[in-house]
Order: sequence, then C-alpha cells, then structure tokens
Amino acid sequence: MSGKLPKWIVGFTACVYFFLHAPMVVLIAFSFNDSKFIEWKGFTLQWYARLLERADILQALQASLFVGVVSTVVATVLGTLLAMGLARHRFRGRTAMEALVYVPVVTPEIVCGISLLILFVAAGIQRGFATIILAHIAFNISFVTVVVRARLEGMDRSTEEAALILGADEWTTFWRVTVPQIWPGVLSGALLAFTMSFDDFVITSLVSGPGSSTLPILVYGMVRKNIEPSINAISTIVLVVTSVLIYLSDRLTREKAPT
Amino acid sequence: MSAALKAAPDPEPAPRPLPPWVVLRRKVFSAIVARPQAPGIALVAPGAGFLVLFFLAPLLMMFVYSLLQRGTYGGVEWVFTPEHYQRFGEDLYTTILLRTVAWSVGATVLCLIVGYPVAWAIARSGRWKNLLVFGVVVPMWTSFLVRTFAMIFLMRESGLINTALLSLKLIDEPIHMLQTPSAVMAGLVYGFLPFMILPIYTSLEKLDPTLLEAAEVLGARPAARFWRVVWPLSLPGVAAGSLLTFIPALGSFLTSDLLGGAKYMMIGNLVQNQFTTARNWPFGAAASFIVMGGVLAAVLVYLRMRDRAPGGGL
Repeated sequence: MSGKLPKWIVGFTACVYFFLHAPMVVLIAFSFNDSKFIEWKGFTLQWYARLLERADILQALQASLFVGVVSTVVATVLGTLLAMGLARHRFRGRTAMEALVYVPVVTPEIVCGISLLILFVAAGIQRGFATIILAHIAFNISFVTVVVRARLEGMDRSTEEAALILGADEWTTFWRVTVPQIWPGVLSGALLAFTMSFDDFVITSLVSGPGSSTLPILVYGMVRKNIEPSINAISTIVLVVTSVLIYLSDRLTREKAPT
Repeated sequence: MSAALKAAPDPEPAPRPLPPWVVLRRKVFSAIVARPQAPGIALVAPGAGFLVLFFLAPLLMMFVYSLLQRGTYGGVEWVFTPEHYQRFGEDLYTTILLRTVAWSVGATVLCLIVGYPVAWAIARSGRWKNLLVFGVVVPMWTSFLVRTFAMIFLMRESGLINTALLSLKLIDEPIHMLQTPSAVMAGLVYGFLPFMILPIYTSLEKLDPTLLEAAEVLGARPAARFWRVVWPLSLPGVAAGSLLTFIPALGSFLTSDLLGGAKYMMIGNLVQNQFTTARNWPFGAAASFIVMGGVLAAVLVYLRMRDRAPGGGL
C-alpha cells in the first residue's frame, strides 16, 4: 500500500519525527559535553564516570534490575496462564475475568499507586522492595495477558490437534508443540513488562519505603534538584537499555511461527 | 478338564473398605476434573487471584477510604462522611478538575490532528514502514520521566532553546517557558503522541486500497474520498488512540509536576499531594475516585464508538 504521498504530508511527518526525537537526541548529545552549561566545550565521558562513583546510583540500578526481573518473571507466568485460560477455555465467570484483566490497563498509575498504598498500610505491610515487586506484578499481569493472548489467538491449533491424534498426551503436546510457537510472544511480552517495571516512577514512589529506592525515584530527585549533566548520562543509559529491549521484543514478534 | 475347572479362582474376595478421607478425596477430584470448566478455571485462578487481591481489593478500599473522616494524625477515623466529595464544589478544586479535563481533551485533540497525517504517511511508506514504526515505538516505551526531563532540558531558562536564541541575539532575555500551561500542553502532546499514532496506523494499514481506487473511479474528489472512505474505516484506530491518550492525560502526574509547577495542578498532582505532604488520605482517595469516574466514562464512550464503526473493532 505505497501510493505516492502528497509533499506536505511527507514534510509534516518529518517535522513531527523531529519533534518526537530531537529532545532525546539533544539530551544524549549533551551528556558528552565537557561543561555544565549548554555551550559545547568538548567531548568527555566524565559524567558517566561520575555515575559509577555514586553508590546511591549503583544501588538504585541494582534495585531496579532486581525488582524488574522478579516482577517480570512472576507476571509473565501468571499472565501467560491467564491468557491460555481465557483464549481457549469456556467457563462461568469468564466475562467477569476478561473485565478484571482489562481494567488495570485503563487505570491511571496514580490511582493504582494510592490504592495499593492504602492496602499495604491498612494491612500493616511494611513498605519496601516486597511492596514494590507486588505492585509491579499487579500492573504487569494484565499487560502480559493481552500480549500473549493476541499471540495465542493467532496460532494455528491444527498442529496441536495433529500431535494429539498422533498419540501425544496433553503435557507433551504443550511443551513440544504449543510452547515453541508461543514463546516469542511470551518473551516479547516479558521484555516489555520489564521495561515498564524498570521505568516506573509514579506507582513505585508511592509504595516504596525509606531505603528502597529504584532508579526512576533517584532520577526524579536529580531532575528536581537540577544537578549536573550526570542526569543526561543516566538518561542516556536508560534510553539505550530501553531501546535494546524494545528492539529485541520487536524482532521476536516479527518471527514467523514454525510451520 | 475338571482340573482346569477346579483351578478356577474363588469368587472375588469382598473388597476391603477404604478409609473415608480417601473416598472423599477421590470423589472431589473426579468431580472437579469431570467438569468441562475445570481446566479454564485452573489456568486463570492464580493470575485472577493476584489481580483480585492486589488490584480490585485496593480499589474498593480506596472507595471506602474516600468516605471516611480524616484522622488527627494523618490516618483515618471510621466515621462515614461525604465531606471530601463535597469539597470539590470549592473554587480551588473545581478549577483543578476543569483544568484537568480541558487539558486532557485539548491534548487528545492536538495529538489526533498531529498524529493522523503521520499515521497515514507511515501506512503508505512502503519499505520505510518498519523503521518508521520503530521510530514511534521507541519513544512510546522510553521512560516518561526521562522524556519529560528532555523537555525541561530544552525549555528551561538555561536550556538549549533559550541559549540558542540568546546567542543568536534574537532575544535579550531568556523566555520563561516552563511552569506555564503551554509547557504542560507541549509536554502532554510530546508524551502521548506515539500512543495516538500507533493505533491509527494499525487501522489505516488494514485499509483496502481498492476501496479508494473505486471511490476515485466513481468520481469522488480527494476530500470526499477521505471523509467518506478513509475516516470511517479508521475510526476504531482513532477511538483506541484517543482513549490511550485521554486516560493517561487525565491521570497525568509527572508532566504537570515537572513542567507546570504548583500553580498548575492537575488532579493527579492533587491526589499525590494528599497522600504525601497534606496527609489527607480520604480526600486524596475521593479525588482519585473522581479520576476513575472520568476514565470509566471515557471507556464507555470508546466502546460506543467502537461498536458503531463499520467493519467491527480493531
């Protein structure tokens, strides 16, 4: 579907892409600037080196990675199970279940965050890494479910039927036939879930306790205090990590299922 | 022969009675497995359980809290009162509410106007398509905090725009861009544009080009071809994109916090404020519940739009 495009649309699109990307490009560029101010004084990696010197940043990074991995694994498992149950089985209460899965997708982060805060405080749960992980799982499950379900519904079930006819039991069929076809979608969903967890600020800031800082919380503090180009450096790192994850996730969804 | 007959086994010995708990266990298991609903429920149960516990229950608690009285030292007293919802009649809070809705609608409309042509361009870009889509997807997933900081970096008084304009002698003094409504608007559009572009693109990509050819052959002019063929068929994407823009804008926190400041609070900032500095949890819960109300209203509008669009959903 590539007819010729009117010139104004091409020009307009170029401007929009510029608007979308220029701020980040500028941010990255000035993370290498040998000066605290905007004038370009030369190329330097000092701001990145400074990041390594700061124990709080390294700790926050570690925290973010830990929270990200744990919450992603749990959310992916629960979400995939949910997706399989919803995509393939009929049971009473199924419509209610579908609604339950989709509501978190449309709930604003601030609402999610404070409602969880209320729960944790009322239940007497100490706010810390455990509460952060629980919160991240909560908003990631729905997300993984939606992604994996789309993949499941696009899958050709005749391969499973063939396996069953040829004598395999359900367990073998699942692991030898179904999983190879859906794992790119599952992994793709997991990567995106990790990204969401890694970048989350609003919910995390509300349910975290003293001493349980993740990277976004630290970055927010830095942005408010307006310190040096180290912010640019950390932002660049976050952007690069995200882009790599998104690229991988994208490639996984492009792969055709083996026939 | 009679030996073979004599070797026939005795009639079955009477079966030993099984302990009652074994019988019960077997009966329950068979009952569960025999029901056709069992596998579905078993698969769905863990995830659903987690969501009920850590999503639904908190929301319900939030609603209950919004009706309670604020405790003296920041907790809650178990006395029911509608006072927190009534407070929204006050000028200050009505302003915040109206401002939030107005800015969210405005940002959505702007994103639609800006994003639609871009989505069209991507859908018709041929071999550049993947790259262009990737170019929209990456900002969508990049940390919102980092992207908002990028705007600050550009717009603050010591930022790139002002420095450039000053050095080019185009202005004498730095332009005060941050802490203004325009800054928040710009931030909202910048933040949510990818969420508008992508669904519209998905819709337009499915558009059958022969429909447009047919319209052209039948004599329709370009404007008519757009409004009567393309637009209606892209409505599912437009609806989805609008929803994905309006809802986060409504609950927006970071954009107005970092780009608008205390003078231009949106509801999200009010909620956060009540749960941190102001320590008025019931009031914050009420504000939060109002946000949910707005979100639900938007979802209902979306579902109506989707069901009315020709060709079914996205």
